[in-house]
Amino acid sequence: MGYRVVVDYYLCESNAICMQVAPDVFEVRDDDFLYLLTETPGDDARGRVNEAVQRCPKQAISVAEE
Amino acid sequence: MAIVGASLAGTRAAEALRRDGYDGAITIIGDEPHQPYDRPPLSKQLLAGEWEPGRVALSDDESLRELQADWRLGRRAVGLDAAARTVALDDGREVSAEGILIATGARCRELPTSGLDGIHTLRGLDDCLAIRAELDSSPQRVAVVGAGFIGAEVAATARERGLEVTVIEALPVPLGRILGAEMGAVCAEVHRDHGVDLRLGVGVDGFEGHGRVERVNLSDGSSVEADVVVVGIGVIPNTEWLEGSGLELDNGVVCDETCLAAPGIVAAGDVARWPNPLFGEIMRVEHWDNAIAQGQHAARRLVSADSEAQPYAPVPWFWSDQYDRKIQLAGRVRPDDDVRIIAGSTQERRFAALYGRAGRLVGVLGFNRPRHVMKYRNLIEQGAGFEDAVKIAEQE
Ligand SMILES: Cc1cc2nc3c(=O)[nH]c(=O)nc-3n(C[C@H](O)[C@H](O)[C@H](O)COP(=O)(O)OP(=O)(O)OC[C@H]3O[C@@H](n4cnc5c(N)ncnc54)[C@H](O)[C@@H]3O)c2cc1C
Ligand code: SF4
Repeated sequence: MGYRVVVDYYLCESNAICMQVAPDVFEVRDDDFLYLLTETPGDDARGRVNEAVQRCPKQAISVAEE
Repeated sequence: MAIVGASLAGTRAAEALRRDGYDGAITIIGDEPHQPYDRPPLSKQLLAGEWEPGRVALSDDESLRELQADWRLGRRAVGLDAAARTVALDDGREVSAEGILIATGARCRELPTSGLDGIHTLRGLDDCLAIRAELDSSPQRVAVVGAGFIGAEVAATARERGLEVTVIEALPVPLGRILGAEMGAVCAEVHRDHGVDLRLGVGVDGFEGHGRVERVNLSDGSSVEADVVVVGIGVIPNTEWLEGSGLELDNGVVCDETCLAAPGIVAAGDVARWPNPLFGEIMRVEHWDNAIAQGQHAARRLVSADSEAQPYAPVPWFWSDQYDRKIQLAGRVRPDDDVRIIAGSTQERRFAALYGRAGRLVGVLGFNRPRHVMKYRNLIEQGAGFEDAVKIAEQE
């Protein structure tokens, strides 16, 4: 079973906390927007993605199991 | 393990213990009846009426169950014996534990209300819902006492709901003692931009009314007619229950660099005071992000050997949402620091400013500049010089 990272861009304020936790998945670029480098980062990154979900102050990140 | 305080620091600490493989018993004691919830939305989305209370839960039911903790909610800890490592509860029972994590946070400082209704402070979910009900009933004017971050957010939310708002602040500029006069003045302008009646440099003498508040009397002899008052004049750490415990209390639970307050006892979040080696300063940080990071750090401290203990050396960071501005501050700033704007301008209310002291970069303030704040937060962590940081900004 895999999972998909979902960002609610309406809630996201681009503060880049997630990028500090999982730079291989989240990137805030010079335009001040958050980009997902991959929606399906795989099991290796799961711990870091979970941490990003918790650390996002806007509750903008969720994980969809699939 | 016993965790006292079932909020942000306490919950994240319990999760960290489990994540790190601790499989012993965890007891979590919290005096609020609610399951752990998030406070920032209480002055923002929930107060605005955009969110419903269910949305502020810190973790879903399943994650909470996975913690396999013994939750004692609605139970207050009334004493601690540091040597015996026991916590006394208000039902007369005792919890003894190998390790104890103190995360009892802080509560609002209050003003004497003369027994009048309609005067609130905002810390918990019930406070928020009470104020929200007041705002729903279309008051003539809301008075906010204190233009700190919580007061500013309540004022912004009330204005966005179309209500008349007066903000009363004892200092000549809002947040002047934190951000300095220049940046504090920008915060004042943001309120004025949005039609807030801002009264600076005046204190509150008292409240008047018949059963319910009608008027706030100010120290300059003037008064403000208001039928709802929210007082946001800072918080006091919840340490009374620790009197006589053997722990050192001084504006918080005093810890060492590693968050240890006594053998087998740690503290985290709004209640903890510790020497942050990165700044060479003893600090107590009242920010959301710190409650998580310190909760996790303190949890690890509890289960690690003394020889492996790591100092807790974060760059404090927080955000505040006011109107359409997202204000963020990272670092440890003082009013007399050097301040340099490195992007945007205060006129457009979108800028980033660096703070320097003794040649070192100590802070970064952003108004709708999230990327700059994180970039310079990293530089603060690396110990960058102030002029070097300014140069980096010039090259950007
Ligand atoms: C309205 C509001 C808005 C905020 N907005 C922001 C923001 O935008 N950005 C930001 O960075 N920070 C914000 N904060 C601050 C942030 O929420 C706090 O820093 C954070 O909640 C601290 O977590 P904590 O677990 O240390 O303490 P708390 O959240 O205060 O939790 C302590 C818990 O312990 C309980 N307790 C106290 N004494 C006892 C006892 N003797 N026995 C048992 N239980 C006890 C308390 O009732 C409480 O449930 C906001 C705070 C509020 C109130
Ligand atoms: S931490 Fe949350 S709010 Fe911040 S950039 Fe990531 S998703 Fe957006």
